[in-house]
Amino acid sequence: MKTSDKYPIKPPLVADRLLKWILASHQYEIIQGDLHEEFNYQVKKVGERNARWLYWQQAMGFIRPRYLRRQRNLYSSSSYFSHNMIRNYFKIAFRNLIKQKGYSLINIGGLAMGMAVVMLIGLWIYDELSFDKYHQNYNRIAKVMQSASVNGEFGAGEHMPIPLRDVLVTEFQDDFDRVVMSSWTREHILAYGDRKFTKTGNYLGAEAPEMLTLKMMKGTRGGLREPASILLSESVAQALFGQTDPMGKIVKIDNKLNVKVTGVYEDLPYNTAFREMTFIAPWDLYVSSEPWIKSNANWANNSFQMLAQISPNSDFEVVSKKIKNLRLIHVPETASFKPEVFLHPMSRWHLYTGWDKTGKVEGRIQYVWLFGIIGIFVLLLACINFMNLSTARSEKRAKEVGIRKVVGSVRSQLVGQFLSESLLVVAFAFVLSLLLTLLMLPVFNEVADKKLGLPWSEPLFWFAGLGFSLFTGLISGSYPALYLSSFQPIKVLKGTFRIGRFATIPRKVLVVVQFTVSVTLIIGTIIVFRQIQHAKNRPVGYERNGLITIDMNTPELYGHYNTLRSKLKETGAVEEMSTSSAPATSLNSQNNGFEWEGKDPNFKEQFGTVAVTHDFGKTVGWQFVAGRDFSRSFATDSSGMVLNEKAANYMGLKDPVGKIVKWNGKPYQIVGIIKDMLMGSPFEPVYQTVFMLDYNWANVINIKLTPERSTSESLRKIESVFREFNPGSPFDYKFSDQQYALKFATEERIGRLASGFAILAIFISCLGLFGLASFIAEQRTKEMGVRKVLGASVFNLWRLLCKDFVLLVIIAFIIATPTAYYFLDNWLSKYKYRTEISWWIFAVSGAGALLITLLTVSFQSIKAALINPVKSLRSE
Amino acid sequence: MNRTYLGEFEEIVLLGVAVMQGQAYGVVLMHEIIEQTGRSVRLNQVHSALQRLEEKGMVKSEVGGSTAERGGRRKRLYTVTAYGQRTLQQIQEVRDNFWSRLTSLLKPAFG
Repeated sequence: MKTSDKYPIKPPLVADRLLKWILASHQYEIIQGDLHEEFNYQVKKVGERNARWLYWQQAMGFIRPRYLRRQRNLYSSSSYFSHNMIRNYFKIAFRNLIKQKGYSLINIGGLAMGMAVVMLIGLWIYDELSFDKYHQNYNRIAKVMQSASVNGEFGAGEHMPIPLRDVLVTEFQDDFDRVVMSSWTREHILAYGDRKFTKTGNYLGAEAPEMLTLKMMKGTRGGLREPASILLSESVAQALFGQTDPMGKIVKIDNKLNVKVTGVYEDLPYNTAFREMTFIAPWDLYVSSEPWIKSNANWANNSFQMLAQISPNSDFEVVSKKIKNLRLIHVPETASFKPEVFLHPMSRWHLYTGWDKTGKVEGRIQYVWLFGIIGIFVLLLACINFMNLSTARSEKRAKEVGIRKVVGSVRSQLVGQFLSESLLVVAFAFVLSLLLTLLMLPVFNEVADKKLGLPWSEPLFWFAGLGFSLFTGLISGSYPALYLSSFQPIKVLKGTFRIGRFATIPRKVLVVVQFTVSVTLIIGTIIVFRQIQHAKNRPVGYERNGLITIDMNTPELYGHYNTLRSKLKETGAVEEMSTSSAPATSLNSQNNGFEWEGKDPNFKEQFGTVAVTHDFGKTVGWQFVAGRDFSRSFATDSSGMVLNEKAANYMGLKDPVGKIVKWNGKPYQIVGIIKDMLMGSPFEPVYQTVFMLDYNWANVINIKLTPERSTSESLRKIESVFREFNPGSPFDYKFSDQQYALKFATEERIGRLASGFAILAIFISCLGLFGLASFIAEQRTKEMGVRKVLGASVFNLWRLLCKDFVLLVIIAFIIATPTAYYFLDNWLSKYKYRTEISWWIFAVSGAGALLITLLTVSFQSIKAALINPVKSLRSE
Repeated sequence: MNRTYLGEFEEIVLLGVAVMQGQAYGVVLMHEIIEQTGRSVRLNQVHSALQRLEEKGMVKSEVGGSTAERGGRRKRLYTVTAYGQRTLQQIQEVRDNFWSRLTSLLKPAFG
C-alpha cells in the first residue's frame, strides 16, 4: 500500500487498541488521527524510539472524563427496569403459559415435584443431622462402651459393669463432669389410684436431668435426688393426673414401688435418642428394689448403660485413650479378647451406630448420603427437564425475539425477559412444591418414621427455599435466555432460521442422564423388595399366627403358673399357654460356659439360651427333627435340653439325642432337636440356641389363641382372667406376627422410600421425554408430510420417530447396569442371608424403561404420523 | 459587558484558530502554539480547549479531509464564529485601553 510505503513505521499497537476501547466512539477517529499525524511528525524529528515514547505520553493524556464520556443518545434509550417493559414481560409470560397449558403443566409440575422431593429429603437430612441436639450438652455427652474381639471378630457393646462408674468418677474426676448409670428403656406399669398405664421409662442416676438438660415444667432437675421419687414427662403426667397438679402425689411403679412425683419435664422431642423415656426414676431405687443388681455389681456382669459427660476442656478422643485399658486392668483374664473401654459421643449415636466385624464404623450415615445423592439427582432431573423444554420451545418464540429486536430491544433486555420468565415459572413451582410437600409430609413421615413439619418460622428455611428457587430459576433459565436472545432478527423473520444439528446433542445427553438415574433406581427398588421377600419367605420354624405375648412385669404374675394356665384354658379362648425367658420373636440372652463331648478346648463357644416350660413347644408349634418335646411324664426332663438344628451342627454332634451337655458344670441331657426357630434378625443366619426347663426364669407369657374363635372376643376373656390375677396392671399384649413384621421395618422403609423416589424419577424423566418428543415431532412435521406423500406408512413414521429415543434409553441402560450392580452388591453384602442379583432383574428393568419410553414417545409420534400431509405441507 | 470569560490558554487557541483561517485542527494548532509560545503543549490540552470553545460557541467545527499521514482518518477543522471574533476584539480593546494608560504612566520611568 502506498500509505504503508510512505509511513512504514506504525505507532504502538497496544496504545492504539487501548484508546479504541477506552475512548468515546464519536471522538475516537479525530483524536487517533491527530495522534498518528503527530507520531509521523515526531518520527522524522526525533526518531522512532522517542516518537513511540512520546506517542504513549500523548495518548495517555486523553484518559480524562472529557474524552471517555460516551455521547448522549438523541433517542430515548432502552431502560432495563422500565415499569412498562416489566409489565409487558409478565403479560407475555402469562399469555405463553396460558396458551400452552399442557407444556406449562409439565414444566411447572415437573419442577415443583422435583423441588418437593428435595425439600422432603432436605428436611429428612436436617432432622437426621440434628438428632439429639435438643440436649444442650450435646457436644460433651457420650456413652461409655466397650469393644472386644471374639474368634477374630470385632464387636462393641454398651452393656457395662457397674464398678466401672466408681473408677471413672474417682480416678478420672478431671475428665468427667458426670457419669450416670442407666437401666434400659423398658415398659413399666405406672399407677395412680385406678389409672394404670404401661409406659416406657428409665432408672437413671440422680445427675441425669442436669446432664440431659431436661426442660422442667414443674419441680426442679434436682427432684431425682430424693430417694423414692419420679420425674414424669408432660404427656405421662397428663395421662395420669389430667388437670390435677401431679407434684407430691404418690405413683406406684410395677405394682411394687411407691414413689413421689418431684417434677414434670417437657416431652423429649421425637428426634432424640431418649424419646421413649417418658418417666425417670432414681437409679438407687432400682438397685435397692432389685436384689440381683447388688449381687451382680462386679466386673464380670455387663448389664447396664453408662452415660458420661466430659468436662468442658477435655475431648472424647483423649479421654477414650485414657480409659482404654480399664477393663484389662481390673479383669486381666479377659486379655485374650483385647477388651477396650471407649466413649461413643452423642453426636454419633444416631448416624454411626454399628461396627462391622473389622471394627469399621457404619450406620445410618450411609442412608443420609444415599438420600442426599438421590435428592440432588431428582432435582437435577427436574432442572434438566425445565431447560430441555424451554430450549425446545425456542423455535416457537424465535419470531417473538425477532420482532422484539426489530422494534428496538437490545440483547440484555431479552436476556432479562427470559430470565424473569423462568423466575416466574420457578416461583409458581416453589409455591406448588410447598403445597405438595405439605400433602406428602404425612405419608412421608409414616414411611420414614419421622415427625417432620415445614419450619415456617425458621428464617433459614425461607432463605434456603428462596435462594434455591432463585438458583434453579437462574440456572435453568440461563440457557434459553442466552440462546434465544442471540437469534438474528433477519434470519428469524425471513423464515430461514434453523436450529443446528448439534443443538440437540446436549439435550440427548440430558435424556441419557435422566434414564440412567431412573433405570438404576428401578433396579435398586426391585432388588430391595426381592431381598425383603427373600427374608420373609424363610422358614421360621414356629407358628406365629394367633400367638400373643404378655410381659411379666409385676410380681403378681409369678408363682401361679398352673392355676393361671388352667383358668385360661377353661375360657376356651386359649389353646395353650406357657412362659419363657424370651418371646419367640427375640433372642435376648447369650451365654458361654458350655461343654460337651468332643469339644475343642480352644473353641470359644456362645449359645443363645432360652428358659421355657413344658408347654412352650406346643404353644409356639415346635417342629421336631429328632427326639421329642419336654414332657411331664419324664421327671428327668427337668434337666433336659432341646437344641435347634444349628446348635447341633455347631457342636458337631453326630447323633445328639441322649448326649449330655454341661452348662456351668450342670449336666443336661439332650431330649430333642427342633427345626431352626428364627428368633433374631431374618437377614442373619439362625443363632445356635438351647432351650431348658425353668419355671422361675420367665419374662413373658406366651398364649396361643384358639384359631376358630374371634380374636377380640378371646382377648376379652383372657383379659378378665388377668384382671383376677393381676388387678394392679393394665392388660397389655403383643401379637407375635406383628412383632415379627417389625424386624423388616428398616428394610421396608428403605424399599418404600427407594420405590417412591424411583417412581418420581421416572415420572419426571417421562415428563421431559414427553416434552422433547412433542418438540421433535413438531420440528419434523414437514418431513413427515413429505414422507407420507411419498408413501410411508404410519408405522414407518412411528418407527422413525421412536428410534432416536430408544437408542438413548439403551445407552442409559448400558450405563445404569454396572452402576446399579456395584451399589446393590455392596448393599446386599451386609446381609448374611441375602437374595441373588439375577440377570432377569436387569432385563426387566431395561424392558420396563423401554416400554415406558415407547409409550411416552408414541403418543406424540403417532399423533405426528397421523397428520394429514395436506395440512402440514400447505404453507409451502 | 456581558460575555463569557476565556482562560489564557483558550485565548491563545482561539487566536490560533482565527489565524489559520479554517485550516485549524488539533495537531497543527499544537505545533503553532509550541512555535509561538515555546511552551510544551500536549495534544489533549489543545483538544479540550477546542471542545470548550466550541461549547461556548466561539468556534465551530466540521469533519473533513483525511490524509495518509493520519492513517486515513479525518480531521476536525475549526473556524472562529462571529461571536468568537467579537470576543477576541473585545479582549483586544480592553488590553489596548489598559496599555494606552499604562504607556503614559510608564513613559517617565523609561525616560
